[in-house]
Amino acid sequence: MDFIRNFPLFTIVLSLFSGVLCTVFKGRTARIYTAVYECFLTALVSCVLWYTMKTGTSFTYVMGEFPAPWGNEIRAGTLEAVIALLFLVVLFSSVVGGWNFVSTDIDESKINLYYGLINLMTAALMAMTWTNDLFTGYVFLEILTLTSCGILIVREIGRTTLAAVRYMIMNLLGSALFLLGVVLLYDITGHLLMVPMREQIGLLIQDPGNRMILTLAVGILTIGLGIKSGLFPFYFWMPDTYGWATPTSASILSALVSKCYLFLLIKIYWRVVGIDMFQQMPIRNLLLVLGMCGIVFGSLSALRAGNINRMTAFSSAAQIGYIYMGIGIGGEIGYTAAIFHIFAHAVTKSMLFLTTPRLAAVSEDSLLFRKLTGSGLRDKNAGIYFMVSAFSMIGIPMFAGFSSKIMFGVAAVRAGSVREMVMVIIVLALSSSLNAYYFIRTIIRLYTRSDPGRRVRPVRHRLSYNIPMILLTAANLLLGLGSVAIVDMIQRGLEMFS
Amino acid sequence: MLQNLLANYEEAVAIILFGIGFTMLLFQRNLVKKLIGMNIMDTGTFLFLASMGYIAGRKAPIVTNGVMETSAYINPVPAGLVLTGIVVSVSVTAIMLALTVRLYKRYHTLNLDDIYVLSKHQAEDR
Repeated sequence: MDFIRNFPLFTIVLSLFSGVLCTVFKGRTARIYTAVYECFLTALVSCVLWYTMKTGTSFTYVMGEFPAPWGNEIRAGTLEAVIALLFLVVLFSSVVGGWNFVSTDIDESKINLYYGLINLMTAALMAMTWTNDLFTGYVFLEILTLTSCGILIVREIGRTTLAAVRYMIMNLLGSALFLLGVVLLYDITGHLLMVPMREQIGLLIQDPGNRMILTLAVGILTIGLGIKSGLFPFYFWMPDTYGWATPTSASILSALVSKCYLFLLIKIYWRVVGIDMFQQMPIRNLLLVLGMCGIVFGSLSALRAGNINRMTAFSSAAQIGYIYMGIGIGGEIGYTAAIFHIFAHAVTKSMLFLTTPRLAAVSEDSLLFRKLTGSGLRDKNAGIYFMVSAFSMIGIPMFAGFSSKIMFGVAAVRAGSVREMVMVIIVLALSSSLNAYYFIRTIIRLYTRSDPGRRVRPVRHRLSYNIPMILLTAANLLLGLGSVAIVDMIQRGLEMFS
Repeated sequence: MLQNLLANYEEAVAIILFGIGFTMLLFQRNLVKKLIGMNIMDTGTFLFLASMGYIAGRKAPIVTNGVMETSAYINPVPAGLVLTGIVVSVSVTAIMLALTVRLYKRYHTLNLDDIYVLSKHQAEDR
């Protein structure tokens, strides 16, 4: 059974190998291989989750048997395993759910390369989830940036290239700041592995003179990852990036890539800085305020958007704001809410981005609202899937979004001061109303007949589209109805962090 | 303050370089200048890391003349990190240059604002 301890490493190395392997396959083979491979990885990660739940502890895999502080390590606890599982389920759904569009959006000769990039991206996502070393985190962060850019520009139209350039510029600024933050931390602690780094920081903060440099390093690192994940006011690249990419890419970029940066950030706060120390830093308040601004301004921008994909993208900016707000509230309960929202948003947003192009396909290939009138009747399945995800985004009971909003409310009441609590509750109420307004408005449009006299012949979908969408719907309902089990796993994982 | 800066002039220069590069990457409208800024910014970080990793009077960590004391050598890790960083920086520059070429071929300009305006007029707007 101890063989399971090797599985986290396997998920990284096999993904890198698969990325190379896809380049020699034909497009169709690469596509099937990637889907089967994601299932295989899901099985591996499920074993790791089961193992950590059974043993009740995390484990560290030491690369090449070089012990700390010299070697490189990866670490697996319940939280890492459950996050990796989420990433793989959403990856599988995005790959399978969007593959018809891949054939139309991407040149035939490049399809295998596209799936190669997806596999490399899987390696980066896995490595960033499991890593116990900050510099390894940086290297895979850059690999994630490059592969994200790759899956964006593979659809060769001018707008995607421009979107990719803007995306890259913001990401490069973020990466450079992250690297500078890591270098500063290395400079003051002399370590890159998270555990010895934390021990050193524990010694350093006994002298108040060192606190400023530590705050500076953590602040730079936070801004870096904040830019990369789309924290207010750095979210303006989102609509073009998510709006013009092929649906699989849009789904992965919005649901997974930004979440991976957030998870790394949370991991750094817990495992490197120490959550008690971080609670005292002014960065926490800044994140709370920026998160709230992100929620309000993201929702307002979504309200003004004239195109369904832009609306969904701006709503992503608001959802990222929720996660930062959870971090800003702080305490175990604030982080639990933030991490739960990572789950809720990943399953919901991937579903939305896989649905909107289907609705566009039956509306003269247009994503503009005026053309989408009645599209829910022309494509009934896509209409229902859109409705499910919209309900989750609004926060209707039974769906994932409801549980996470309740958790943010409870976190604000329990953890914060009265002023914080009032602010969070107001923002939650305002954002839920705005969400409800623009999503329900869209649903009404989708189900309003554009031409009442004409008989509509609904489109039928293949299983390859329905299976991933049903999987995501089930995940959404599971998060909504079985939130207690997920919260328990998150809390166990956070306990293993400290 | 000034004395501290002079004593750590390498780090001060590194941070100034980082600032110059960061500002160029953020505010320059010309794509090639943006890329130059990106490279200056990365160089600033590498200089910072290399200067922090170097201790005056010590040698590169290769055993010479049978001297085995660790106090005779510098720590090789910062240099290794700089090398890794350079590899990352080169690959990112390559992909950004490729994107720049693609944009130039399509829009015949390197100015990002002009490209944005041109792209808005394209028929592919859905």
